[in-house]
This record gives sequence, structure tokens and C-alpha cells, in this order.
Amino acid sequence: MRLHVDHRTDYVFSEPQRRLVQLLRVTPVNFAAQHVIDWHIDVDCDARLRNHRDGFGNHVTMLYIDGPISNVALRVSGEVLTDDRSGMIEDASERLPAQAFLRSTGLSKADDAIRTFAKEIAKAKTDPLEQMHLLMARLLERIQFEPTLDAVERDAATAFEASQGVCQDHAHIFCAAARAMGIPARYVSGHLFRRDGAEQQEASHAWAEACLPSIGWVGFDPANGISPDDAYVRVAIGLDYRDAAPVAGRRVGGGEESLAVDVRVTQAQSQSQN
Amino acid sequence: MANRYFDEIWGNSRGRKPRPGFESIARWIRETPRRELRRRQDSAETAFRQLGITFNVYGDEDEAERIIPFDIIPRVFTADEWSKLSDGLEQRVTALNMFLEDVYGDRKILNDGIVPADLILCNPGFTPLVNGHRPPHGIYAHICGIDMVRTGPDEFLVLEDNARTPSGVSYMLENREAMLRLCPELFETFEVEPVDGYPDALGEMMQAVAPEGASGDPCCVLLTPGHFNSAFYEHSFLADNIGIELVEAADLVVDDDIVWMRTIEGRKRVDVIYRRIDDDFLDPLVFRPDSMLGVPGLMAAYFAGNVTLINAPGGGIADDKAIYSYMPEIVKYYSGQDAKLPNVETWRCREADALKYTLDNLAELVVKKVDGSGGYGMLVGPTSTTEEIEEFRAALKANPDGYIAQPTLALSTVPTLTEKGIKGRHVDFRPFCLSDGKGVTTIPGGLTRVALREGSLVVNSSQGGGTKDSLVLRPESEQPEAKD
Amino acid sequence: MLARTASYLYWIGRYMERAEFTARLIEATLRLDALSARPAGEAAWASALSVAAAREDFEKTGESITPTNVANFLTFSKDNPNSIYNCLYTARMNARAVRTALTREGWESINRAWLAIDGRSSVGSAQGTINLLEALIAESRGFEGALHRMLRQESHYFLMLGESIERADNTARLIDVKYHIILPEGEEVGGMVDRDQWGTILQTVSANTAFRWLYRDGLSPRRVVEMLILRRELPRSIAATVDEVASLLSELGKLTGYQGEADRLARLRQQRINATGIREIITGGLHQYLQAFIEENRLLSQAITRQFRFD
Repeated sequence: MRLHVDHRTDYVFSEPQRRLVQLLRVTPVNFAAQHVIDWHIDVDCDARLRNHRDGFGNHVTMLYIDGPISNVALRVSGEVLTDDRSGMIEDASERLPAQAFLRSTGLSKADDAIRTFAKEIAKAKTDPLEQMHLLMARLLERIQFEPTLDAVERDAATAFEASQGVCQDHAHIFCAAARAMGIPARYVSGHLFRRDGAEQQEASHAWAEACLPSIGWVGFDPANGISPDDAYVRVAIGLDYRDAAPVAGRRVGGGEESLAVDVRVTQAQSQSQN
Repeated sequence: MANRYFDEIWGNSRGRKPRPGFESIARWIRETPRRELRRRQDSAETAFRQLGITFNVYGDEDEAERIIPFDIIPRVFTADEWSKLSDGLEQRVTALNMFLEDVYGDRKILNDGIVPADLILCNPGFTPLVNGHRPPHGIYAHICGIDMVRTGPDEFLVLEDNARTPSGVSYMLENREAMLRLCPELFETFEVEPVDGYPDALGEMMQAVAPEGASGDPCCVLLTPGHFNSAFYEHSFLADNIGIELVEAADLVVDDDIVWMRTIEGRKRVDVIYRRIDDDFLDPLVFRPDSMLGVPGLMAAYFAGNVTLINAPGGGIADDKAIYSYMPEIVKYYSGQDAKLPNVETWRCREADALKYTLDNLAELVVKKVDGSGGYGMLVGPTSTTEEIEEFRAALKANPDGYIAQPTLALSTVPTLTEKGIKGRHVDFRPFCLSDGKGVTTIPGGLTRVALREGSLVVNSSQGGGTKDSLVLRPESEQPEAKD
Repeated sequence: MLARTASYLYWIGRYMERAEFTARLIEATLRLDALSARPAGEAAWASALSVAAAREDFEKTGESITPTNVANFLTFSKDNPNSIYNCLYTARMNARAVRTALTREGWESINRAWLAIDGRSSVGSAQGTINLLEALIAESRGFEGALHRMLRQESHYFLMLGESIERADNTARLIDVKYHIILPEGEEVGGMVDRDQWGTILQTVSANTAFRWLYRDGLSPRRVVEMLILRRELPRSIAATVDEVASLLSELGKLTGYQGEADRLARLRQQRINATGIREIITGGLHQYLQAFIEENRLLSQAITRQFRFD
């Protein structure tokens, strides 16, 4: 598919800000199932942008804005050609050995409940690929999607106990459980084209990847119960949300911040409907 | 058992005959009146209190500021001893830096199976974020504090490597200041290597490791967590003596991937930061988001190659005690030679055999957390109660990966002024090594810590340890008797 | 110099001066109230609260205005941001953070003043309180001495600048508050003087003997006001602090190589006070004059904050 992504974030501050520093992980990177045709980051004020790659291979853009400023509109847009490869991640530039994704983090740590849950899955299936599919299916069934929950930093154990969450929580629990089974797993942030026609979304999407023997990295979207296909635009990876979150920022100037996020993923017009 | 300990001045003679080369210091100890030694010691401690060379004891909030007890009787290294030690340190620190560069680079040592890959890659000290980024000049551990113990005339062993932000160097300098003032006769009798060149050496090292693009006169600063930090005295002491600004996070701004310092005349570009803040708190955008001590964007400036961080983020993995146990192999791998300074024999509890051995011999062993420091989370079998041992047994079984075990060492003693007169007390030693990419400089001296309690083997200041000056004799004073 | 270092030094200067001024104010009020033949009572203590800009905070405590309550509040209260205790606490904390910019003597004088008050929690007898306050005033003098023995570099100038700005504010508030009490509405300036009350004011700005030197032929409100506002010979007069601020800023300008808004405001203020006589001030309304000065001083402090990038 040829997907068009338009990701807007509007910040409004109650007090004029003296300075803003933002770290953006919003630019997708090429791999076999994804080719970036063009990509832009636009800011509606004077800003300095700098790019680098982090240790995971993510494309990072630093954004520096001087005040006084009381609102900022950030627009990330572009087109990506995607392929359905059943979630397999091929020809990506892997900077870290898979083993590095066995380690747990504060947000993706397994507690006793998650470990028990993982053990049951490991007992039910022997093949790691089947285990991961079962894990995904059980999470879909067990963790109720609750979009009204704030996407604050909630750890896997808390979300698992509450049995509800957003895609971020599904991804964290998936990573925690897979690692508890000895399978390297990582957090992915990106975008999803909704085949049901809901083109406007209030947040970007998140899912997980597991590294399977003789197959390599494979994506699993436990919030939707499928492996990513050509409707997915994969942007950043990490051990958890903190490594892969689209935005992390700091501002100097006090007051309150309100933000509105608007993500639209559409099929580009030049492409005929499949 | 007490007579089996090696004494650094009396050897194994139990106070009868000094070791060769130590005759003069033995005479000084014998001939200086006890009362005079006591007076000088009190005077030194009073001066330290007035200067505010204090530290905070963790978990003891009532007693916020204490000074570390100072012992007036110095520890002495002969020129020959020192030369062997510093050769060994140079070899080890060089290997340590090569190891860190490799671990975050090509990972040859893992691919060659010298160190188990999972021990590195799954280690909380391994920082994936800095993976693939080579720091300026390839140096991670610019400042290393290597903790050493001694068990015999030629038996110097490394106990721990500190490649994060080793502290204590201000004691090395202040203790020497006090000794020069209070015991001038010692420095007339002996030719002692000076330690006061440390701040200059540190300053020169900072200049030398500035990013390639920095100006000819790079701007260096020391970043402190602030004046509430327990080591603030050392931070301000060092900044003052090197002649660089002592900054807090709020004094630094990152703009356009460049670090700036806020001065009364506007922004000034910063090239080198000696940071006394842990990795976790360095930059809230990529590490702990709740950090108030860090500088947003600092890591971006680091990745852009616009600033040198001393020590480089990620280097803490070298402090892990399970990785320490591989140091002989690591040194051999990178230097092609056997390690000149041996390790203490170490059982890695992550290995089944080692765990079994450890559990079977808990009462004889010292067990440590792999990521512990400061004498916390540690079991000294021979001096522990049965309950303490059983408590540790449970912790060990629950998380074997988290621990290593070592034999209880017969640490050397040095004569020390105690309530009961001059007695041997166990010591360790932390020299400070500076790496600038061209070589390793070890200041001839260091921090000698002494366990003041009789029989105690724990030298940490938080556990009742004190400090001593460490004198390194110059080669020409090798035959002090001949001069008399 | 780091902007934060400059800012801490400036505030050390301000807090040390504020602590000393408050100590003098309490001491003078105590003497007036407890030791004079005619106790001044509640009015004296209420006005002390106003001078120290602590009246609102005191009212929040719900306590009644008694000598002990007010003296305690001004000296020790942690709820009063301007209590001597809080001033010295902040000054010492700032000093610890920028210790390398201070001389050892400077640090020790601040530390000693802090140690003199730390650990004490309430005033005792009038005499006991006076003893404590005198000890604090003596330590402040020690600080003042240390300040004058510092090298004439940025550190020195920022400490002095804080001290002078604070001093200007304190003197102005002192005259403003006391003037109303002594001269009830409608009474003509130049009438009889309550010597005890004026004595309090002069003592607070340590000008008892200075007054006798400058005005040998007697005490009058006009003369006292003139001295406190316009006589440069008196170090705590408004004119003297105005001169001091202008010259400190100009010294800083020489060191840093540029001048700004704070310099312009300071010079403007200096020119204006040079061209002003006591008659004009009184005709135009003393209260108005002082209020305008206090506001101008606040703006100047803000300009200093901006010019040297304190935040």
C-alpha cells in the first residue's frame, strides 16, 4: 500500500514559554516491508532541527525553539510504501544483538502474575512462534482496550492487573511475558491505517516484536490480535515506551500545557484500492 | 589468626623488625610520642571539620554531616612497589577502555566467546542507547578508581573497578595537605612523590579529550547534582583547584545540539563536562524523565560529537562484579599479555557449580551484589551471625545472577593510632588513573581506607572506616639508611 | 561568571542585609517598648510588622500583636519568608552553593550568623532577645567587613549590589511607615517630635550619632527625613544607596564590557534624586514619594535580574 501519514500535534501553553527542547522519534526507517518515499517535519515557528540515530537505530530529530512562545504546531507528514510480509522484519539495520532485548525495564517488568501467565502459554505450546501467537491472542482477549485511559507511563504489571489499557500497555505486557519465556521482545511505535475507514486517530499506535529462532524479528499487535501487515508504518523501537515514544520534551517557562494530537493515516490517492 | 596478616611496615615479624626499606618510617612511628601523634591527629580532624569535608551516611538522616576519621600514621609504598603497581594499573585501565569501546562497538570479545554475551547484553549496566556511538578519542573511563587490597609483600589484588564516577580524590589531596603541615619531618626524611599535581593533570586530561572540533582552548566544566549532594565538597574543591566552573543542570542549556553555559555575559559554549551525576539522571529526555538534575538534550549534543562527557555514559557496566571476574581474560584479550594485577578469586553465582560452592561455604566467604557498592548488600561470612547468613542464603537462591562470592582475604595491616596505642589495622587502597586517549597517568598516591575497628575487614566510610595518607617514595630514597 | 553564581551572590547580599535590618528593627522596637518610660505598645509592634513587610503573613497566624509574638515572628518564624531565621538560612544555602566565589572569611561570617540562630526557637526576656540580636548584628558586621576585604571582582560587586538594593528598600519602607505614625493626618510637618519614636528610627538605620553630627541644632521630622533620604554622608540614606547602586553597576559594566537597562534606570534615578530637595518631597507628599521610590527600586532589581540573566 502507499500510505499517507499526517501527524499533527498542537501545543498551547498557559504562559509564554522561554524555551522548548523536544526529542522526536517520528521518522520511519526503511526495511523490506517498508519504503519511505518522502517525509517532512514542519514547525510553525522559528526552530532549529537536528537529526541523529540512537543506539537502537531510531531516527531521532531534536527540535529547539526559543521563546517567548505560547503555542506550537508540529506537523509530521509523508508517504510510505508498505508490503505485507506477515509481520516479518527483514533487511532492517539491526544495531543490537537480539539478546539485548531479553532484559526487562521498569515499564516492561514481569511480576508474578505475568510470569504465571507466561508459564501457562509456554506449557500450552512448544513452538516459539506458536507461543507468541497464543500470547497475542490471550492478551487481546484478556486486556480490554480502553481508549479513555490516559497514556501515562503505566507499567506492565499495573495494566495486567487492571485487565485494561491502551495499545502501549498491550505492548509492554507482551514484551514482559515474552522475555519471561526467554524470547527477546521489543516495543514498537508507529502508525496504523484503519481499514474500517476511521482515518482520524488521537494517538499513534504501538505494538511489539519478538525474535524467534530461525525466523528473526516478527511483529505482533496484541491490541488488534494480528501481525502487522501493509497497514502498518513502523517508526521506532526500544526496550519499552520510553525508548521509542514519539515525543519527549522539556520546556522552560512554567504554566500549563495542553496538547491536541491528530493522526490521519490514509491511502495515497495515486494508489488504487486493493 | 592475627599473626598471619601481613603488615606493610613490619612484614610478618610481629613488630620486631621492619621490612627492608621501611626502617626510617618504623623509627618515626617508634620515636614520635603517642601524645604528639594524638594531638596532630585531632588537629587534622578539626581542620577537616572546619573545611566541611563531610559526607552523608545513607539511611542515617539524623546525622547528616560527618567527617571521615583520619589516621595520622601514613601508609608507605616504596618506589619499586609503586612502579609495579602503576604498570599493572596502566595495563588494566587501558584494557578496560578497550573493552568498553568494543562492547558498544564491534563486540568482538562477545563474538569470540571470551565473555558470555548475555552477561553484557542483559546487564542493567549495559546502555543500548549509546550502542554504536564512539565517544571522543574512544575513551569511556577517563577517570578510574581501582580498589586494591594486599595480602603479602608482592601480592596486590584488584578488588573492584570503578569506572562510573569514582569519588574520594579530595581526601587524597586534603590528607596530604594535613600531613605536610602536621608532620613536616616525615617529608624531610623521605623523598615523597607529590600528589598535588592531580588537579592540573585532571585539567590537562579534560582539555586533551575535548571533541575534535572544539576550539584551541576548550571550555571545561564540572557538573554537580548540587550542594545537597554528599560529595559536594569534593565537587567544589576540584572545580576550584582545576580552575573550571562548577555548574548545576540549570546552568546548562542545549541548543542546536550544542551545550551552552549561562553566564552573566550571555551563553558560552561548553566542550567538556566532568559530570558527577549518574547516567540515569543525565538527560530526562532519554533517561529518567523525572530527573531534575539533568540537562534536556545533553545526550543529543553528545551523539552529535559536540561535547565530551567524563566519564562517558554506559561505562558503568565495567563496575559490575560479575564482569570484574572476567578481567584477567579481558586484559589478556586486549593487551596480549597476562594481567599484571591479579583479581581476587571469584565465584560467579550465576554458574551452578559456583552457586553450590558458595551456598555450601557461606560462613567462610564474602558475598557481594554484582551491582552493589559502598559496602552495602554484602555478607562477610566469618563475622556474620547465623541469621544474617541464612537471610543471605535466601536472597542468593532467589537471584543467583545478582551475586558473586570471594574468599575472605587476609588484608594487610598498617600501624594505626587507636585507643589502645598503635595497632595494626586492615587497609585497602584506591589509586586514581586518568586516561586521555594517549596514555594512562596514575597519580603517585591515592586513598588508603582503614578499618578502624579491631579485626574488621570492612573499610567503607559508611561502616566505620577511616583514611590515611598514602606516601609513594621516590627512587632516590630507596636506601634511606645509607643517607644517615 | 555563571549567571546563577551572580544571582546567588546578589541574593546573599540582599538576605544578609535584610537579616541585619530586621534585627535592628526588632531591637529598636524592643527598646522603645520595653525599656522606655512610656511603652509604645501594640502600635509600635504593628508598625514594625509593616516595616518588615510581614504584616499579612503575621495576620495569617491568627496570633495577637504582643511584643513576644511579633519578635518571635520576625526573628524565628519559618512561616515568615523574611524572618531573620529564613534570611540567614537562605543566605547560607546560597553561600554553600557558591562557596568558591566567596572568600573563606565571607563564608565563615555567614555560617557563624546562621549557627547563632539555628537551634533556637523563641525569644526569651527582652534583655535575652537583645543579646541575641546584638550577636546577630555583630556577625552581620563581620560579613560586611569580609565583603570589604574581598578582591574588587564580580563576586564583590554582586554581593554589594544586593546589599545596596535591599538597603534602599528597607530605608524607604522604614520612613514611610514611621512617618504616618508620628505625624497623624492634618498635623503640620515641623511640629513637636516624639523623641523616642524618632530615636527608634535612627537606631534602626544606625544613625543616632550621625544625626547629631549633621544637625547640631535639634531634631525635627523634616530634618530626620531629609537626612534619611538625601544626605549622602549617611551610608543607609536613600541617596547614598542610589549612588552606590549606580557605581556598582558601572564597575560591573567595566568588567563585562557592556551596559544595559539596569544601568540606565540606576543613572536616571541618581540624576533625579540629585535634583530633588526636601521641600519638594514634602510638598509633593512624602508617602507618594516613597511609594514611587520603592516601586522604582523593585523595577531596578528586575532589570538587574534580566541584564545579568539571573533566570
